[in-house]
Amino acid sequence: MRPFQKHTGIVAPLDRVNVDTDQIIPKQFLKRIERTGFGEFLFYDWRFSGDGKKTADFVLHEARYEKATILVAGKNFGCGSSREHAVWALADYGFRVVIAPSFADIFANNSLKNGLLTVRLSEDQVAEIMRRAKGTADYRLTVDLETLRVEDGQGFSATFTMDDFSRHCLLNGLDDIGLTLQHEAAIAGYEAKHPVHAAMKSLG
Amino acid sequence: MSARTLFEKVWDAHLVTAPEGQPPLLYIDLHLVHEVTSPQAFDGLRANGRQVRQPLRTVATVDHNVPTTPRGLPVADPIAAKQIEALQKNCREFGVPLFDMDSPEQGIVHVIGPELGITQPGMTIVCGDSHTSTHGAFGSLAFGIGTSEVEHVLATQCLPQKKPKTMQIDVRDKLAEGVTAKDLALGIIGQIGTDGATGYVIEYTGEAVRGLSMEGRMTLCNMSIEAGARAGMVAPDEVTFAYAQGRRFAPQDKDWEDAMASWRALATDPGAKYDRVVEIDAAALAPFVTWGTNPGMVVPVTARIPELASFSLESDRRAAEQALAYMDLQPGTPIEQIAVDRVFIGSCTNSRIEDLRAAARVAKGHHVHGKVRAMVVPGSQAIKHAAEQEGLHRIFQDAGFEWRESGCSMCLGMNPDILQPGERCASTSNRNFEGRQGRGGRTHLVSPMMAAAAAITGRFTDIRNWRFR
Repeated sequence: MRPFQKHTGIVAPLDRVNVDTDQIIPKQFLKRIERTGFGEFLFYDWRFSGDGKKTADFVLHEARYEKATILVAGKNFGCGSSREHAVWALADYGFRVVIAPSFADIFANNSLKNGLLTVRLSEDQVAEIMRRAKGTADYRLTVDLETLRVEDGQGFSATFTMDDFSRHCLLNGLDDIGLTLQHEAAIAGYEAKHPVHAAMKSLG
Repeated sequence: MSARTLFEKVWDAHLVTAPEGQPPLLYIDLHLVHEVTSPQAFDGLRANGRQVRQPLRTVATVDHNVPTTPRGLPVADPIAAKQIEALQKNCREFGVPLFDMDSPEQGIVHVIGPELGITQPGMTIVCGDSHTSTHGAFGSLAFGIGTSEVEHVLATQCLPQKKPKTMQIDVRDKLAEGVTAKDLALGIIGQIGTDGATGYVIEYTGEAVRGLSMEGRMTLCNMSIEAGARAGMVAPDEVTFAYAQGRRFAPQDKDWEDAMASWRALATDPGAKYDRVVEIDAAALAPFVTWGTNPGMVVPVTARIPELASFSLESDRRAAEQALAYMDLQPGTPIEQIAVDRVFIGSCTNSRIEDLRAAARVAKGHHVHGKVRAMVVPGSQAIKHAAEQEGLHRIFQDAGFEWRESGCSMCLGMNPDILQPGERCASTSNRNFEGRQGRGGRTHLVSPMMAAAAAITGRFTDIRNWRFR
């Protein structure tokens, strides 16, 4: 996994609540069997009309947000389907951080596995970032996972929380399957006490 | 030992280890796999030289992509065909049992698990699909995961998991005639919101929940994710045992007796504490219809589209405004005046035999409205077969409904069953998100009876006034 330590980038404001994973990556793009190349389909139905032409007024079309790497959005970001393709699309498009007042659980888990940092701030703090990102040219934030701090160098500063283990994995880009396999003895011990159900063996 | 909830009992029984400074490691009894969220996980195994640790705790089927036209025809969409082939190849290579397209046991993954008796009380169950919460109806801890976690479970049969909080949703009194588990689910989401249970596992309790069939409990638990909860649970009881007994993979003979004894012990102990308690009055609920672009945007069929001024938060008001623009609806419009173009009866929420019986009872002796196209998609081949034995397919076909093969179908429109731009659909599925059933499509979530009634009258109709024939 790509580690995340500290990142400074342009902030794009997506001023909507309950942005669901069907919007982040519509279903017609879930048939691909690769992990890569989903960025061009990010927010597809908002970015492109039915005939494939750019829509008139989507925030990511604005020249000033073209190079954005930090997305700020409303509460309950990433709700709905478990599709990890949503995280792959955001990361492949170039986003490294999403800031919102809250995230859906599965989306937040999926982000952790892909080095996409989800930062929870208060409604007021998110509204303030949204205001600055809309009103300030070339608005940038620095997100530091070491110090758990978000700041813009123009007076805005906020701290966020993340559990120590997730933070450690993200900072170091750790493969958590490898970590689980370190508990091989415990897993084998559990399995010895809980054998596969007899009826299931007929499936083999 | 102190009093524990159903969730805590299942959680504790599956703890492999709780290492210092790391999340607890939870053992997974059953891993369900389908074609859309697994190919990248199997690729990950190959890239790292890893095997599937427990192929016989892993069960695969194809459901999301499969056409619902007669079986035996080739899959016309080459990309979908490639994804289905990838699952077939992966299952062969890693020794994972697969209920394939041509299997008499193929179906929606959350329908066939319970139907085959693979889903059992007290289990931990995961699947790369958010509606895995369905299986909680059996008193199992079942939740959706992403593809990286699918790979994790394939490789280790475990998942590191932070312990979620617990929420009791206590549903007092009884549901009225014509008010179903789907309406209960929509009523709950309408009350607590689409993020009302984020971070929690829900346990549904109370008289109305006890009164639900297993099909109804599955519908209720299925929709838990739409309130933000990864899992919903119902403690197993006689209804659960009667459903499970005799199914192909259910315990037999002496094992059955032992299993029942351990399942009975799963019920929440008297005095056990939940982190949050929500009370619902079942008798006050009506048949519901969603009007917006998430399942929390919902009102009784007798109500009107809400006025924008009724939303106190500015963000909610703007969301409602955006939703109404997308849905092409005006505040104040009575729900019963909204006409539909399409009707979909199916999905892991409402495609089981009881759902089809309920819809058929409404359709019997009537005919689908001239401007409506209506489809019935059974959840599995076994349900399709059972329904045909009962003659339900004739009732639907005589009434002008299409009777199709099993799969996820128009719930998410990954196969050719999609809405055209601007079409309005009464759907028994679980999500009314923008574009969910097809770009520009407008989805209203309802129960199977309400969907059948809308197909016949061409608009939303209060099922409580229905003239059954």
